[in-house]
Amino acid sequence: MLLKRIAPQLIALAALVLLVTLVYPGFLDISFNDGRLVGPVVDVLKRGAPVALLAVGMTLVIATRGIDLSVGTTMAICGAVAAWAIASGWGLAPALLLALAAGGIAGLWNGLLVAVVGIQPFVATLILMTMGRGIAQLITEGRILTFNHPGFAFFGSGTILGLPVPAWLWLLTGAGVALLMRRSALGMLIEATGINRRASALAGVNATVLLIAVYVASGLCAALAGIVVTADIRGADANNSGLWLELDAILAVVIGGNSLLGGRFSILAALLGALIIQTIDTGILLAGFPSEYNLVIKAALVLVILVLQSPRIAAEWRIWRKSQRASREALAERSRT
Amino acid sequence: MLLSIRSLTKTFPGTLALDGVDFDLATGEVHALLGENGAGKSTLIKCLTGAYHRDGGTVALDGAEIAPRSTVEAQELGIGTVYQEVNLLPNLTVAQNLMFGREPRRFGLINTRAMRAEAREMLRQYGLELDVDRDLGNYSVAIQQIIAIARAVALSGKVLILDEPTASLDAREVEMVFDVVRGLRERGLGIVFVSHFLDQVFELTDRVTVLRNGRKIVTERTADLDRMSLIEHMLGRALEEEVEQQGAGKAAATHPDLLHFEGVGRHGVIEPFDLTIGQGEVVGLAGLLGSGRTESAELIFGVRPAQTGSARDEKGALDLKSPRAAIAAGFGFAPEDRKTDGIVADLSIRENIVLGLQAQRGWARPIPRAEQNRLAEDYIRRLDIRTSGREKPVGDLSGGNQQKVVLARWLAMNPRFLILDEPTRGIDVGAHAEILRLIHDLTGAGMSVLVISSEIEELVAVSDRVIVLRDRRHVAELRGERVAPDAIMRAIARDGTGDGETARCC
Amino acid sequence: MKTRTLLGTTAALMISTTAAMAEGETVGFAQIGSESGWRAAETALTKQQAEERGIDLRFSDAQQKQENQIAAIRSFIAQGIDAILLAPVVATGWDSVLEEAQEAEIPVVLLDRQVDSSDELYLTAVGSNLVHEGEVAGEWLVNAVGDQECRIVELQGTTGSTPAIDRKTGFENVIAGHDNMEIVRSQTGDFTRAQGKEVMESFLQAENGGKDICALYAHNDDMAVGAIQAIREAGLAPGKDILIVSIDGVPDIFKAMADGEANATVELTPNMAGPAFDALEAYWADGTAPEKFIQTESRLFTQDDDPMGEYETRKGLGY
Repeated sequence: MLLKRIAPQLIALAALVLLVTLVYPGFLDISFNDGRLVGPVVDVLKRGAPVALLAVGMTLVIATRGIDLSVGTTMAICGAVAAWAIASGWGLAPALLLALAAGGIAGLWNGLLVAVVGIQPFVATLILMTMGRGIAQLITEGRILTFNHPGFAFFGSGTILGLPVPAWLWLLTGAGVALLMRRSALGMLIEATGINRRASALAGVNATVLLIAVYVASGLCAALAGIVVTADIRGADANNSGLWLELDAILAVVIGGNSLLGGRFSILAALLGALIIQTIDTGILLAGFPSEYNLVIKAALVLVILVLQSPRIAAEWRIWRKSQRASREALAERSRT
Repeated sequence: MLLSIRSLTKTFPGTLALDGVDFDLATGEVHALLGENGAGKSTLIKCLTGAYHRDGGTVALDGAEIAPRSTVEAQELGIGTVYQEVNLLPNLTVAQNLMFGREPRRFGLINTRAMRAEAREMLRQYGLELDVDRDLGNYSVAIQQIIAIARAVALSGKVLILDEPTASLDAREVEMVFDVVRGLRERGLGIVFVSHFLDQVFELTDRVTVLRNGRKIVTERTADLDRMSLIEHMLGRALEEEVEQQGAGKAAATHPDLLHFEGVGRHGVIEPFDLTIGQGEVVGLAGLLGSGRTESAELIFGVRPAQTGSARDEKGALDLKSPRAAIAAGFGFAPEDRKTDGIVADLSIRENIVLGLQAQRGWARPIPRAEQNRLAEDYIRRLDIRTSGREKPVGDLSGGNQQKVVLARWLAMNPRFLILDEPTRGIDVGAHAEILRLIHDLTGAGMSVLVISSEIEELVAVSDRVIVLRDRRHVAELRGERVAPDAIMRAIARDGTGDGETARCC
Repeated sequence: MKTRTLLGTTAALMISTTAAMAEGETVGFAQIGSESGWRAAETALTKQQAEERGIDLRFSDAQQKQENQIAAIRSFIAQGIDAILLAPVVATGWDSVLEEAQEAEIPVVLLDRQVDSSDELYLTAVGSNLVHEGEVAGEWLVNAVGDQECRIVELQGTTGSTPAIDRKTGFENVIAGHDNMEIVRSQTGDFTRAQGKEVMESFLQAENGGKDICALYAHNDDMAVGAIQAIREAGLAPGKDILIVSIDGVPDIFKAMADGEANATVELTPNMAGPAFDALEAYWADGTAPEKFIQTESRLFTQDDDPMGEYETRKGLGY
């Protein structure tokens, strides 16, 4: 059941890895240096962290028939808050908590606009998307706020058991949220709200609180992503941190086979979608094509994956195979008589 | 016959919207098409105007079979439609609206002078002298409605369908529009008139056809009908024998009071009303469409917040500010529109059944899967839900089975008070009787039920007591032997409210 | 204007310092906004320069909008001030407002960016030569490696942007004549620190863990700072195992140079106002018309140029 759901994403990822390996033969090489795993695949796991983290929250938001355009900006705000706290000497734990709190507040703002005020999610989150970068710039005073704090930098470039910390972060977040959704009733209640909010509310589902909660979750995921990116470059770049990443996150959710119309969702499939996107990005860099081709190649590959996953194509394919089988059988029948 | 419809059939997933409907329209006739919500009026009209494509039956215009694929095609064939909301462009001039899409041209350019002249001539036929260069939005709704009619007649010219054309007009304006319609009748057009204002039907129309539950109930000359019999046709009289029998053995049993509602109301929605519900009692709400039946239920269940009034049970006051609060008080509500308010289409039958119970327990205490399966299997068997398995999406079921799933959701929560809004609408006869039997069984087990229905016989069959609503007010309460079709219909038709016993007006 | 010139000449005779010549003049500055640290430094330095020279500076922040800049210029004209500094947000659409300034006999000096209007309409333009910056970086690297084989990786700016194209061209012009030097990998890092780091990681990955790379040329310092982290995390010594040269001269690169992790940067000076005021003062003094383009110095800084001191003086400028 689970395997059947994520089979298209697994196949796409495997095919993509094969393609990249053809262009860059060393893609699957992994070595062990100074207690850390090194290799392109490890880079994919590490570099894919921001989009993967965003995709976890975005999956929940999209399941409620919403969208969160503000996650890239929220990353910048949370990174700026963390860097500011570190640079002002608050210490590691308060910095992380402040950053998460900023993400939670950003999510709460979006959630209230969507669930209580009743603004369309696209417009509601667009407000923070536009406004948020200004907030982040106010915090960093318009420059790249750099800091030197090995403890915080660990979240960007440290390793645990050989694996980069950002990879651990998204693996644990993804697994934790996925388990929470399926082991509690949250998954079903979110799906019900996304499919038919009115009917769910009449059945006693607290749709308003659920809606706010998914936007808060998305904000917290964005905060984690912002911490990773900021820790990685040891500085908060309010102008560029998380820029356009909301689109990659939405793309990851869609490649993961989740409908933008809400309802049934799979966090695991969305994470595979994020890995697919990062494999494309890393593959392009390793292949050494001129920069002008980056976006064209990425767009073409994404298009191919989405077309192959489209339900209509799948249905056509099944019909075609059935007709082939039928004609083969008819042929066999005829030859027998 | 100008227009002749035979055995028209149209199905939607889960519902049979039109079931072998016949309908005739003669030249020079105004023919009223009546029925409650969901009776099939708008489906019939959409099949004529090309918005829907029929599944079965024939439609013949002037003896030739037609199957329009779009409103434009229907217009070209000769069928024009005017809706309640004026379907024109208020920021264009009267002339532009009248001639839109067929402007007189000279050298490829619009000939404004000819256009104005033609528009003026068109309106003169309707007794209107207007400045055709003014924007349409400057004129009253009635004038706009007449202009819309003029345009529709000019475009089509054989059949004119008027879908609730008078709903937003005052009495004087209605007269203006009626004069125009009468003029068109004299010119030999066939006119289909859809309205729920019975006075207007009697004033204007030559014949009446009543639809109910997708079936044609009757076609008669308007002059041969009276108000009572028309309401009877619309709300239904004859019902299955089985139901009749269920109702027959009912005595005027006494029910200890369970819930009291006092002065519950909301401005513009329903006048404040009092309502007492007894334990194990079935209370029916009767009234025509728009009389405030559903609105009463929505206020009680907290779907819309009540502005006035209070509710209490034997333990004290109840706060009914939201559906969650009502559920916490032990209420349940199976709404009228299953598709938008009842089922969660993409979820499975199992998930739909446990949804309410799960929401009540909270997200942190999931119902174990084995328990969910047991509940689902139990209700699939008890309510005879016809499906190939509990994991099927509920959207794939037929209307009657969807209704049973919504009922199962509430029954799983074991409410003490269940509100059923049109529980049998759009479902087949078999399921119909089953649901009525179920209501009987539930009240036998001590549950209180409030039933809203457009079918009077159905109300009579299940109810211990019937409240009649008219014009957003609770106008009468019938109990004991008075719970009978005639008495209910008289109360609805403003007849017999002076009767001492029934006039417990609120 | 004529009286002023007279007064100015008299003043020059009396005190004979340039600073005093502009005493009391009023100059309007239509700045683009504060989108980058460099822009903030340019604003800070312009105010500082004006103060040193006793010029009354009227400052306007257009927040990236041309209409705001045009409105600011019109208001400057209405106030009858003595000169206008304009850092144009876009290249087109300036003709009419520049004509208005000309009719009011107010000289306009363009800062940092060019416009498409006729050069009759402004006094002069101060700016850097982007190709030349790339050449200075290239020349430093040619001298640093001498005759050794050198495989270079390049972090480009945003694909298709003028600085990326010109800085690449300048660098390539210089190394073209040296067969021992070759650009083996070139990718865009979008001018950002994060992308600089990510792309550098892939360079290291693809070039034998970085052991085959001799030098990095980055189109801006921010990408170089990101790349330095990637090199360090790969277990190599930035600035030693891999030489690093970049452009802009932001404070953080001076810090890296002080730590021995970067080797050279070519300064894109934010002090555009200095040369502009010089030209204006000469013009006010005796009507001397300057050249139509004043190229700022693209100064090379290496580890020998007291990077810590440079860092200290720059970090207060708002970078």
